Amino acid sequence: MNPPVGTLTLADLRRFGVARVQRVVGEGSTAERLRELGFTPGTEVCFVRQAPLAGPIVVSLRGYQLCIRTSEALLVEVVSPGDMQGSPSTRLRGYQPDDEERTA
Amino acid sequence: MKRIALVGSPNAGKTTLFNALTGLRAKTGNYPGVTVDRRQGRLVVEGETIELTDLPGTYSLHAISEDEAIAVRVLKGELEGEPAPDGVVIVADATTLERSLPMIAEVLLLGRPTLLALTMVDELKARGGDIDLFKLQGALGVPVIGVVGNRGLGVGDLRDRLPEPEQWSPAKELPEGDTESRFAWADRLLERVTRHPLSESTLTRRLDNFLLHPFFGGLAFLAFVTFFFQAIFTWAGPAMDFFAGAMDGLAEATQATLPSGWFTNLLADGVIRGVGAVFVFIPQIALLFALILFFEASGYMARAAFVVDRMMGWIGLEGRCFIALLSSYACAVPGVMATRSIPSPKDRLATILVAPFATCSARLPVYALLIAAFIPADKVLGPITWQGLTLMGLYLLGALSAVVFAAIFKRGMLRGASLPFYLELPPYRFPSFTSLGLQVWRRVKMFISRAGRVILTGSIVLWFLLHFPANDPPAGMSEGEGQAWVIEQSYGADLGRALEPVFKPLGYDWRINVGLVGSFAARELMVSTLAQVYAYEGNGDQEYAGMSERITTPDPATGEAPVSLATGLSLMVFFVYAMLCISTLAVVRRETNSWRWPLFMLGYMSVVAWLAAFVTYRIAL
Repeated sequence: MNPPVGTLTLADLRRFGVARVQRVVGEGSTAERLRELGFTPGTEVCFVRQAPLAGPIVVSLRGYQLCIRTSEALLVEVVSPGDMQGSPSTRLRGYQPDDEERTA
Repeated sequence: MKRIALVGSPNAGKTTLFNALTGLRAKTGNYPGVTVDRRQGRLVVEGETIELTDLPGTYSLHAISEDEAIAVRVLKGELEGEPAPDGVVIVADATTLERSLPMIAEVLLLGRPTLLALTMVDELKARGGDIDLFKLQGALGVPVIGVVGNRGLGVGDLRDRLPEPEQWSPAKELPEGDTESRFAWADRLLERVTRHPLSESTLTRRLDNFLLHPFFGGLAFLAFVTFFFQAIFTWAGPAMDFFAGAMDGLAEATQATLPSGWFTNLLADGVIRGVGAVFVFIPQIALLFALILFFEASGYMARAAFVVDRMMGWIGLEGRCFIALLSSYACAVPGVMATRSIPSPKDRLATILVAPFATCSARLPVYALLIAAFIPADKVLGPITWQGLTLMGLYLLGALSAVVFAAIFKRGMLRGASLPFYLELPPYRFPSFTSLGLQVWRRVKMFISRAGRVILTGSIVLWFLLHFPANDPPAGMSEGEGQAWVIEQSYGADLGRALEPVFKPLGYDWRINVGLVGSFAARELMVSTLAQVYAYEGNGDQEYAGMSERITTPDPATGEAPVSLATGLSLMVFFVYAMLCISTLAVVRRETNSWRWPLFMLGYMSVVAWLAAFVTYRIAL
């Protein structure tokens, strides 16, 4: 099940380094499991590395690292981070609330 | 008695916590009809007995694999003869709450009395994170306890809460709806309870930059494989020799003390050496699982699977199958047991079915004998000899066959929708040695109780075959002649003669057939059985040289050697393929929960072995 030409998926993540999930294609158990692993719309996903010989990729999302094969990565459609608003989950990188804001 | 279930995702520290709570009192069994471990243990807290079940790890309650399905059925009380547990303890890694909170919500929605045990709170702190557990408890409603399983922190608090699940306060504020809305709820909740977000594990990042580097990572992987191979091959050796030696000594002592007769021989050679055949695997199984569990708990095993996944993908398997195949080079018994870490049942079965093609250490004595007998020791190039090349060829033939047959099975009968491949790479962690020790102990116990019986029975049956009906050689024969005489009269010899039509095309006479029957207990017994059949007396260092001379020296009466070159080559190839090992069959029976697969294995490997040996014999003749 290849996505239409022009749609970005996690398999292209290497070129961008970071992207946001737009949706997981499909209704099957694989797609549902990917959602349950945290690939929900708006989630920020970072490319970490790829195994040699076009092997599986490691991405980080929601504070953990996951290794998936290209066949699964093709199911996750993404957009580059600027293209989508109102996303949660920046806990891992960047977002540092100061202590005063917390105690207030 | 209160029945409590532990549920959580893989890598959450569930088993470490289970081991910290139950210790040696835990037992491993099987759920009916499936090959999923059922780990249960009892503990007594303030006079109340608690039966604790460690459910298989799962990322969600929408099960997609056999073991996840079991976890869900136990939680919902849908397992036959087993009502829903009185209480549920969710075990969640405090550093990955962002991912696990949605599943926590799913479990809470089941409406059972629930308690949340947050593990790795020390790691959370070390990485600069801080979660307000009181606020989290307030938001979820249910009790929340922070624990560090491997150091026992908080385990006492948790234990004290276990006797009264009915007093665990009910959950509140739960998200209804789909996965997406649960994650949105989790994000909002975490915003409220997080005092300080945790940073990335720098140790993990640094180690991964090296261990998963395209070049150095490959080297590291090779070093890992070499280490692993070396360890199970050589480190277990002394302990195995010790068991074998101890059993031999005991057998000899039995023969020396008890009045001589067939019963004493049965006790010494059948029972004691049969028990020895079981015991001899224990050091290897223990060491193998100690290493596997150590690398798994430390986080490297997932990385090794990542590195090798691409290559395993070519033959239709996945990265996690590699370790089981590698282990099979020492012995297929622990190799088959190691397939438990492969989540997909089809990949697991394919791995089990080809594992015996890996050249196990029991084949070496047979190869050594045949190579010494038939392959010239001449040098080919530098230090390389024909003998060395032949041994390498036999190893390669086994490896290649495993690959080819795995690919055939995965494209044929084991084709079809398999599980999606995903693998969490947890941060590197230092494993708890107590927990590792307990897990290794349970594996060994399981091997002895399940496979041990079949191996022991098989050894005794084979002893009867080779020593009955006549076991009292006529007076005047030397010991070796006497043994040869007993075997010649035995049911085993009848079997060997009956098998002649089958093995004649491969060049084997009834004597070799008896050797094959004997090698069923363990391949290396081929050498000692042949020695008995050919009435060869000699042992220790001269065994191979003497035996190889014995089987290649022409009989003065007929002018023919007992074993010809073509027969020797055909035997080598036969040993590459033939399923000559009741221990492996017993373990496959145990791991697949039916006789169907071990019988299939015996069948297809025998056919392949026969065909390959036939072709070799014809070419060499």
